Order: sequence, then structure tokens, then C-alpha cells
Amino acid sequence: MTGEVVGKGMSAETEPARVLLRPPAASTGLTDPAPIILFLRRLARRRTALFGLIVVMLVVVAALGAPLIAAYDPTEQNITDRLKPPGSLDTAGRAHVLGTDHLGRDIMARVLYGARPALMVGFAAVAISGVLGMMVGLFSGYFGGRIDDVFMRLADIQLAFPFILLAIAVIGVLGPSLPVIIVVIGVSSWVVYARVVRGAVLSLREREFVQAAHALGSRDGRILLRHILPNAFTPWLVVATLDMARVIVIESALSFLGLGVQPPTPTWGGMLADGRVYISTAWWLATFPGLAILVTVLGINLFGDGLRDTLDPRLNL
Amino acid sequence: MRIYLARRLAQALLVLLGVSFIVFFILYLTGDPVLILLPPDASAEDVQKFRETMGFNDPFVVQYGRFLAGALRGDFGQSVRHGEPAFNLVVERMPATFELAGAALLVALGLAIPAGIVSAVRRNTLVDYVSTVVALLGQSMPTFWLGIMLILVFSVQFNLLPSSGRGSLEHLVLPAITLGLFTTARITRLTRSGMLEVLSQDYIRTARAKGVSDPPVVWKHALKNAAIPIVTIVGIELGTLLGGSVITETIFAWPGVGRLSVQAIYNRDYPVVQAAVFLLSSTFVLVNLVVDVLYTYLDPRIRLR
Repeated sequence: MTGEVVGKGMSAETEPARVLLRPPAASTGLTDPAPIILFLRRLARRRTALFGLIVVMLVVVAALGAPLIAAYDPTEQNITDRLKPPGSLDTAGRAHVLGTDHLGRDIMARVLYGARPALMVGFAAVAISGVLGMMVGLFSGYFGGRIDDVFMRLADIQLAFPFILLAIAVIGVLGPSLPVIIVVIGVSSWVVYARVVRGAVLSLREREFVQAAHALGSRDGRILLRHILPNAFTPWLVVATLDMARVIVIESALSFLGLGVQPPTPTWGGMLADGRVYISTAWWLATFPGLAILVTVLGINLFGDGLRDTLDPRLNL
Repeated sequence: MRIYLARRLAQALLVLLGVSFIVFFILYLTGDPVLILLPPDASAEDVQKFRETMGFNDPFVVQYGRFLAGALRGDFGQSVRHGEPAFNLVVERMPATFELAGAALLVALGLAIPAGIVSAVRRNTLVDYVSTVVALLGQSMPTFWLGIMLILVFSVQFNLLPSSGRGSLEHLVLPAITLGLFTTARITRLTRSGMLEVLSQDYIRTARAKGVSDPPVVWKHALKNAAIPIVTIVGIELGTLLGGSVITETIFAWPGVGRLSVQAIYNRDYPVVQAAVFLLSSTFVLVNLVVDVLYTYLDPRIRLR
């Protein structure tokens, strides 16, 4: 569902955020639930968003609980039982629900464990780029002028790079490891955040409560932190959620090219790369890790869309 | 208008300068290129001499200046692997990449704009739901998986289309769909939301009230106004397509710049990597410059900013 018509007469994109962050003025204080409860209720009414959230939570559970859920060690090789189709039994009589790969490893276990690097890179990279982008957006929007010019040109430069190519060049040079991947993706993804936050700040800057804080002698730092940041937070959160989906795809693309987290750690992208070799004889090798990526990313996108429609329907992403 | 153009051109040049700096800096960070260029058993004396002749001992700024001066003349040095100028290697592969990106863009626009319009006009009908779900799936599907699945179905199972190489139109079908799907999904959603917004405007109601029938309202009045964000996104999506070609080309063994640069990275053939990144980025900057100029014709308000 895309962001569509908002009630007419709402001023700018900050209105829904304000509604959320403060209880309505006419609140009786007795029957009104907390804003967070209101928000959750509104979110819950969007069934697709709720579905997305459940999917994401299941993936998180799979990642955290992989050792408990998986029936096999994801790195345990068994050459006599290689390339078994889904649902078959191995020589020891144990069932492999999703089959085994070219080294006889259980695909189910590998898919479950594969959620770990995906989510780890997702969360960490989004945290880095989110914080960077938030800071750039706040400064750029609030101070304007030269600072704004410099940051926005930097953003143009960043956007001019074919992202994947830049990432593989840097990772190829520095060597693939979890921290390198996280930092490379994190540092090069700040632009969307900066643009969205900057946009919000530009309109917030002119609002009465900011002007009032100015008049009362608040310093810039305090105004930014106490008055502007909380109100620029909602669009930021929406961007962060949707960006997580993109980062997970990139992580698996890097693993697919052999520049992600290195074997023996199972990654979805790495499994796909293996599966590609056996595509004509064993379809299940490439199919299941791809489905795992699809389901995870779809869940995040659904949740993110719902979040946007609930919090900030005017945000065009 | 002229001022706008000049300013926009200056901005583009500035961006390219920044790109060149980053391209140089990343590979400067790689440390000592001598260790890659010379055989491992080279003597310390040879290494020193080689460094001196190649200018690796010069200060950073001097080295960057030399790189930039070379880049402007299309000189990125010799490919370590192929022994040919890196620039030529990349330029030779450009047509293949443009062909693929262009075909993907055609697929995307050809599918997305009608789908988005129909979705908006027939809002909340089965057509709308189907197109929304497909767009959502398309946006969530990793390119490389889609490519592999298409090969599995169309090449392995039914033997309808070739799974690798370039040449005939048949070779182009699977890679173009693979590369174009994400963009299709994005443009579909954008067209739909853009059309929905425009269709609720007063001037559309006015047109309808005057008795203009449905097709002209949609195609003439609404689409023209909804086209503005679509044109912008096309410029940006071209970057996605050029970058995404890295993966699509790898899957389908498509002989373009993307595949060349992935191989160059594996081979530590850095001049080729520099040339490829720089040329792809330049293409992107150029296309966006053109898009921005086009934009001022669609929306004259921009010129005033």
C-alpha cells in the first residue's frame, strides 16, 4: 500500500508525528490511552503491516533460536548423503526437510543459521547509516547555508556511485569480514536518512514551538536535541525500517559474489552461489535460501509500509 | 534558464571531481600496489626502484593530481591482467551494459506505467490488488535469486531461452527481466500513488465536470502531472540499473562492465576497477543532468529555484 491521500488541511508532513508524540489538547487524561498504545492500535488495524511484523519476528526468533530449532549442525558435512532432495532420509535414517546440499549439509539448518549474518549486518549497518544520516540531516536542515551546500553535494557524490560496485571494490580491497561489510554498507547509506531528516527539519525550523524556544534563549544544540529531533524521528524510523530490507538484500548479494561473511558460516547469499552451480540437477539448493531472503525482505517491507502509512503517510519513499 | 543550466553543469562537474577523488582514495588505501604488481620474489632494491619510477613515493596530493590528469585524458593505466589500457577494456564493454540497462528500463517502463495507471484508476479492484502484490513481491525479491529461478524455469526445465551470453534478442530476455524487476516494482508503486494524488485534484474534477470523458482525463490531464516524479525516479533508477548490472551480468555471463569489474576485483586488477567505477558514475551523473534539464520543461517552476 502506498502513501496516499491524507486529510486535507493538514499542515506539512509533520502533523501526524505531532499527533503521536503528544496527547491531544482536549484529553481528559483519564480514558485516553498512552500515545504508544494508540499507535500500536492503529498499526494493528493494518493487517498487512501486522503480518509483516509477525514475519520479521519469526525471522528474529529463527536467528536467535537457531541452535535450538535446527536439528543439525549447519556445517556438518556428510558426503554419502549429498544432494538429497527435500523430505528424504539420509543413511542414518534422519529426515532432511529441505534436503541436503552438495556437501551433505542440512539445508534447513543452514537457512535458519543464515538469518544470523543477514540480521546482524542489517541492524548494525542501519544503525551506522541512520545515526550518520540523522546528524547530517539535522545540521544541514537547521543551519542551512554553507554546511547544507557541502553536505548536499556530498550526497550527490555518494549517489553517483553504483552502490554495489563501490561496495565490492572496497570490500575486495580491505578483505571480506563482518565488520568491514557492516561499515562499508553503513557509511555509504546515509543519504536517504539525511534527505528525509533535512526535509523535516526545514519545516520544523519555522514552527512556533521552535521559534519560542529560540526566543526563550535556548541554545542551538538544545533546540536540535529537545525540540527538533523528536519530531524528525518518525520519518527517520520509516526510512530505517525500509532501508533494513535493502541492506539485507545487499548483504546477501555480497555473500553471493563471495565478498560477504566467509564460509563455513552459512549465509543465504553464499548458499545461493553454491546452488547456482547445481541448478540443473538440484533445484532445492538455490530455491530455499532465496525464499528465505524474499520472505524476510517482504516482511520488513510490509511492516515498513504500514509504519509509514500510520506515522507519516506523506513520506514519499 | 541559462543560469540554471550553468549552475547544474557546475554541480555535475563538482560531483565528478568528488567521484574521482573517492575512486582514487579507496585504492590508495589498499596500501602498497607494488606488492601486487611485482612478483613476490622481487628484491628490496627492485621494489624501491619500481616505486620511484611509478611515483608511489610522491605525496598523496601529487599522486591524486596525476590520477586526475590521467583520468581526464581517459588514461587509467594498464590493466595488470590483460596488459591493455584499462580505459579501453571498460569502454569496449560499455555497449553491452547500456544495452542491458536500456532493455531493463524499457521492460520496467512498459510494464510499470500501465500497471500503475490501471491500479490507480481501478482502485481497490482485483486488478489493483494483483498489481500491488506483484509490485511488493518484485521489490522484495533479490535480483540474483530471480535470475537463478528464471534460468531454472526457462533454461533448465523448458529449454526456451539461453541462460548465458550475449548476441540475439533471446539472450537479452532473461537478463533484462531480472535486472528490470526491481525498477518495475518501484515505478509501478510510484505511478499508482502519483496518479491517485493527481486524480483527486480540483482541476481533474473541473475537467470531469466540464464533461471530458474518462480516457482523456487520465491520459492527458492526470498523467502529464503524475509524470514529473516518474521522470526523476527514472534518472535515479538508472543508477540502480547500472549498479545492479554487476550482479545480473555475473549470473548470465553477460559481457558488460559489471562482470568485467567483478573479475577485476577478484584479480586485484585495480586500474580496471578505477576506470569502471569512474565511467559508470560519470554515466549516471550525465544521465541525471539530462533528466534535470528535461524536468525543467515538464515543470517550469523548477527553473525559478
